[in-house]
Amino acid sequence: MNLNIQWTWFHRLGSPRWFYQKTQRWLPWLTAITLILLLIGLVWGLAFAPQDAKQGNSFRIIYIHVPASIVALAGYYIMAIAGAVGLIWRIKLSYMLMRSAAPIGAALTFIALVTGAIWGKPTWGAYWVWDARITSMLILLFLYLGVMALRHTYSSNETADKASAILGLVGMVNVPIIYKSVDWWHTLHQPATIKFTGAPSMHPDMFMPLVVMILGFYLFYAVALILFARAEILRREYRASWVKQLAIDNSAEK
Amino acid sequence: MSNFLSGGLRAYLYRELLLTFRRRGDLLKPVIFFLMVSTLVPLAVAPDPENLGALAPGIIWIMALLATLLTVESLFSDDFQDGSLEQMLISPNLLVMPILGKVIAHWLVVGLPLTLISPVIAIWFSLPTIAVIPMMLSLALGTAVLSLVGAVGTAITLPLRKGGVLLPILVMPLYMPVLIFGSATIQAAVDGLAWSGSLAVLAALLAIAVALCPMAIGAALRLSHND
Repeated sequence: MNLNIQWTWFHRLGSPRWFYQKTQRWLPWLTAITLILLLIGLVWGLAFAPQDAKQGNSFRIIYIHVPASIVALAGYYIMAIAGAVGLIWRIKLSYMLMRSAAPIGAALTFIALVTGAIWGKPTWGAYWVWDARITSMLILLFLYLGVMALRHTYSSNETADKASAILGLVGMVNVPIIYKSVDWWHTLHQPATIKFTGAPSMHPDMFMPLVVMILGFYLFYAVALILFARAEILRREYRASWVKQLAIDNSAEK
Repeated sequence: MSNFLSGGLRAYLYRELLLTFRRRGDLLKPVIFFLMVSTLVPLAVAPDPENLGALAPGIIWIMALLATLLTVESLFSDDFQDGSLEQMLISPNLLVMPILGKVIAHWLVVGLPLTLISPVIAIWFSLPTIAVIPMMLSLALGTAVLSLVGAVGTAITLPLRKGGVLLPILVMPLYMPVLIFGSATIQAAVDGLAWSGSLAVLAALLAIAVALCPMAIGAALRLSHND
């Protein structure tokens, strides 16, 4: 019996209504912090950080490229874990989060690939090089597209959710290989610059704006995920009484 | 206990092999596909031995990948249509064992023949003789991974009548590590380097796939039953 009491908070957390109402309050604050961080990071990185000794100003695209890549990779984990939580505890909300995470992650992966290509032209002399890390980002994009393709083909939402969750989990086994590929195949790409175990090999003046941008991108991801998930909640729960009430209240205000 | 575990595996392995041998025409199709598509390559690029030798490790692996992908699609569909899949799902045995039996049968019917016929392609593509044994070993291990991972994709797309190109879209990204290490094994052998490393990675991938794929397949098959 005790077990039931301890788990109630967890299931309340999984209620779409609770999520919708809480995020309503969080969203303005989160959005404001995100915008401030991104603005500071961009101005600092693009205007005030010192030039790179070899690459000149072209290295500044790092402030978009690296945060987008990091969050795109982390987003796959977030999506797969949300799917796993849905499979294990049968929580509707986590399926909605999983579904919302796929297009955001795919878009970030695409941004990482495009900025990488733009950066590659002045640095290596080619837009596209079959290097390990570029290739693994491309595979990541395909993994995202697979999850997105799957959900439009099933007749019922529930089956599509579970199938996408299984696929996401299977793909998650591949994501460590994507990470490790940096160490496995040394080709044109430089080895990873940020090492969490040792001191960064970048100069602090260049590194700090990058940290700000990475934080900003993570928060941006959170805001986007919340916005997508809120829309998804309304779409799926339109029969629920609180959604109907919400619609009535909204139209009354106008 | 051992009967309870192995019963489903042995029964389904036997059943699958019996079904395949009753339709011997199907038995040769993957091998014929493998050989025919390989014939296209020298026709499309210049057939000088040097050129072909450089392409061989990649070509052999892409062909093996496509042959497995095309055949894995029908792994569960017959059983799904005639209802025997339902019997498998409601049987008291562990679901993992019949699934493993079916996938092993698929490997015996597709992966193993491809491995055995591959020396012919090695000769066509003037691959050095040193590389033949590593090539066969890598194909034997790698096609087993391809069968297991492909079966996951098939199980997920099973209830979709118009699956079509969806299966390759889902499965191809998961196949890439196998392709990389499979062709790396052959390439290392061609260059006279130690090839046991990439072969060991393939074996590790197989170990992971054997442990995890049957569970994913089982979960996906239960979904197909509900949709």
